[in-house]
Amino acid sequence: MATQIYTIGTVQDFLLQIGRVVVAGNVELAVFRTSDGAIYALENRSPHPKGGPLAEGIVSGHFLYDPLYDWKIDLRTGEVQAPDQGIIVTYPVSLVGDIVTVSL
Amino acid sequence: MTTIREKLVLVGNGMAGIGTIEQILKLGGAYDITVFGSEPHPNYNRIMLSYVLEGSKTLNDIILNDWNWYEDNNIALHTGTTVIRIDEGSKQVVTDNGMIVPYDKVIIATGSNSFILPVPGSDKEGVVGFRDISDCDAMLVAAKQYRKAAVIGGGLLGLEAAKGLVNLGMDVTVVHLMEDLMERQLDRNASSMLQAELERQGVKFAMGKQTVELSGEQRVSGLRFSDDSTLAADFVVMAVGIKPNVTLAKESGISVNRGIVVDDYLQTSMQNVYSIGECAEHRGMCYGLVAPLFEQGMVLAKHLCGSDTKPYEGSIVSTKLKISGVDVFSAGEFLDSPEHTVISSKDEWKRTYKKILLKNNVIVGAVLFGDVTESANLQKLVKQGAVMTDEIYTEVMGAGCCGVGAKKGTSVEAMADEEIVCGCNGVTKKAIVDAVTEHGFTTVDEIKACTGATRSCGGCKPVVEQILQFVLGDSFQQAAKQGICGCTTLSRDEIVAEITAKDLKTTKEVMNVLGWKQEEGCSKCRPAINYYLGMMNPDTHQDEKESRFVNERMGANIQKDGTYTVIPRMYGGVTTPEDLKKIADVSLKYDVKVVKVTGGQRLDLIGVKKEDLPKVWEELDMPSGYGYAKSLRTVKTCVGSQFCRFGTQDSMGMGALMERKYERLDFPAKFKMAVNGCPRNCAESCTKDIGIVGNDGGWEVFIGGNGGIKPRIADAFCKVKTDEELIEVCSAVMQYYRETGNYLERTSEWVERMGLEQIQTVILNNEENRKELAARIDFALTQVTDPWKKMLNDNSTRAALFEETRL
Repeated sequence: MATQIYTIGTVQDFLLQIGRVVVAGNVELAVFRTSDGAIYALENRSPHPKGGPLAEGIVSGHFLYDPLYDWKIDLRTGEVQAPDQGIIVTYPVSLVGDIVTVSL
Repeated sequence: MTTIREKLVLVGNGMAGIGTIEQILKLGGAYDITVFGSEPHPNYNRIMLSYVLEGSKTLNDIILNDWNWYEDNNIALHTGTTVIRIDEGSKQVVTDNGMIVPYDKVIIATGSNSFILPVPGSDKEGVVGFRDISDCDAMLVAAKQYRKAAVIGGGLLGLEAAKGLVNLGMDVTVVHLMEDLMERQLDRNASSMLQAELERQGVKFAMGKQTVELSGEQRVSGLRFSDDSTLAADFVVMAVGIKPNVTLAKESGISVNRGIVVDDYLQTSMQNVYSIGECAEHRGMCYGLVAPLFEQGMVLAKHLCGSDTKPYEGSIVSTKLKISGVDVFSAGEFLDSPEHTVISSKDEWKRTYKKILLKNNVIVGAVLFGDVTESANLQKLVKQGAVMTDEIYTEVMGAGCCGVGAKKGTSVEAMADEEIVCGCNGVTKKAIVDAVTEHGFTTVDEIKACTGATRSCGGCKPVVEQILQFVLGDSFQQAAKQGICGCTTLSRDEIVAEITAKDLKTTKEVMNVLGWKQEEGCSKCRPAINYYLGMMNPDTHQDEKESRFVNERMGANIQKDGTYTVIPRMYGGVTTPEDLKKIADVSLKYDVKVVKVTGGQRLDLIGVKKEDLPKVWEELDMPSGYGYAKSLRTVKTCVGSQFCRFGTQDSMGMGALMERKYERLDFPAKFKMAVNGCPRNCAESCTKDIGIVGNDGGWEVFIGGNGGIKPRIADAFCKVKTDEELIEVCSAVMQYYRETGNYLERTSEWVERMGLEQIQTVILNNEENRKELAARIDFALTQVTDPWKKMLNDNSTRAALFEETRL
């Protein structure tokens, strides 16, 4: 399937270190703006066997602590950090001026 | 004069045989010793293969006795040599490479082999057992080349192998014939908790599957089960059991059932030939665990040295799993049947499980999951066949909800000298005590180096520490200092002191100035620092939403499916028909899944969608109940003097007043209160952070109660005559807790840490102090606002937090 690019808002729509849910097509994304200004988009679903959302976790540097089970996740790669294991799908984000786009 | 020493031949250079030789040397046994081992290594610790697989240890680390040890003790060691026959007539042993060695006594300690399932394809490349270093090497090599592994067997060994392979990066499925893991050691509860924990760690499971064939060309490519389903795997570990290695005994005409048959002195059917360890069968039992080896070894060593010894009468088997982060223990009987009395407690949140089985009030078995601190104690009790008493119950089951404080640390005092503390290495309590008193050792590491205790699985470390503490008393130093989380080595008090000294304003500043390891902290320290800053500077601190746990940031409780629970405030547990109607209407409109009465007399509206939260609050138009916050949750009340014929005080009125006064303020942890109108205590003051009981002449105040994770009955704090005094005392207690409590520390722990008397001294003996504390909480209370009122007036924050962007 061809890649589709969605405009998901302006930078100001995303509070620093606080996640926001964006539904693009049939994918629910958790979008984060880290303190260095970078924006990351991950599938909004914890790889924990019980699932649950990610968008409400605590953000530290490029890491996310998921809100339900406190798993530590690398926002850049989607990789769950040891001792837990798993991976979350990440989607490329681009910034043109203030406009944030994500490619699915 | 020279004495002619008898010749002792040990066949098998493993833990059981060498353990026996060590005992013989200690007892001063006069033997010329020759040892034969099929493997090319000196004696190593098979129990620790899991660690080699895990990569945390190398073969060298797990060598128990190196080449020098054999030399120093004049032992002739022949590695890579297999004994093929014992000739009773000529009293000689014969090896595969043609050696013939005469003997006076022989010990067969040939151990066991992996049982390889007799299914088609089990001889394919890529199929191994898990018994020795060469299996371990095969697994390490396979992990580099292949991706999908299957471990057949959900027992101890299989699970350790599986976790090891997961750590090596393989995708691992454990295939188990039964529906429960470790069903020979654990009951269904413990087994399912274990499975959940291992799944969390990345191990997959195919339960109730019987493997009937291994497919593939030259190399294995998959498994086929009896239900015709299949599983792809390019590497297979068989860990379905062990088979006593009895070849030598059979060839020599020694009587063999499943193992080599021995009597209570480990004597085989052949004169002067003994057998111990996994290859031996005693009273119909073959043991596959380590503790019995030492018990057998001790009896045999004494017997061979001519010392008096009690016969070996079998072992109570206990099991511990050696996977980091998974604590499982079982001893004796573990499956309950009608003849047993069962004591059990299961905590799904802490993921712990404890079960003790009694038969005619005698302790016959136990299972522990999650928290295994009582394992050594329970093992001893099972072994002794101890009769259950109130003391033992309190000791092993904890305080229970009656708050009877269990005294810890007394168990090592009562432990017998000969009792084995380290089951892996056969180290007794006496050996450890001697190491401390004779060598002046003060750390576990020193004891480890000297006695070998804790050298293997490490499960006995807490007991060794307790013994150290018991022997050394006050001079025992606690382990290295730990900070509030992994980001810092600073304690709570040090951080608070630095905040004051350096006038730090934000969590970011605190972390930068105080040299945090992770620049922006973690989910443990950020909320804590945000709380400390707010507590210290209630008027100037800008609360940091990004440092708040989800519930506090969203003003509602997150549930596992990502929906939320809304709890409208009902002061003192009292509501009105109008409010109830409104709650019902809103619940219907927003399709609330469940309306539940909480333990604190409130209504939970469970299952509200995140984007509906602002609308739900707007339409309820009620204050937030803070059922999600580290803050005053509820003030539970009884009916009191307004209606109750026994009521002496207006508990509903006082409860509502207290709740209005203290609501919304942050505490180190959630905070619960109760107000009762009479000593009948219908609102259960004894399990609240502050419990208030009315009587004819005034009020009694109780503090530090808890009904939750760590149940504790509240301590009587003081009695007061007037409502004003009551409020002042409560204010002072709350503020003192706010100022000195560790973040997330409940008052039950706080009271124990600070000491009740200390708190009484600060608040009751010093009026000025009490008034200052009360004034500080009153000032902090002037700063609080209803989070939902604020949220509803702040369009951009509300949108960013609650609304979804849909494209």
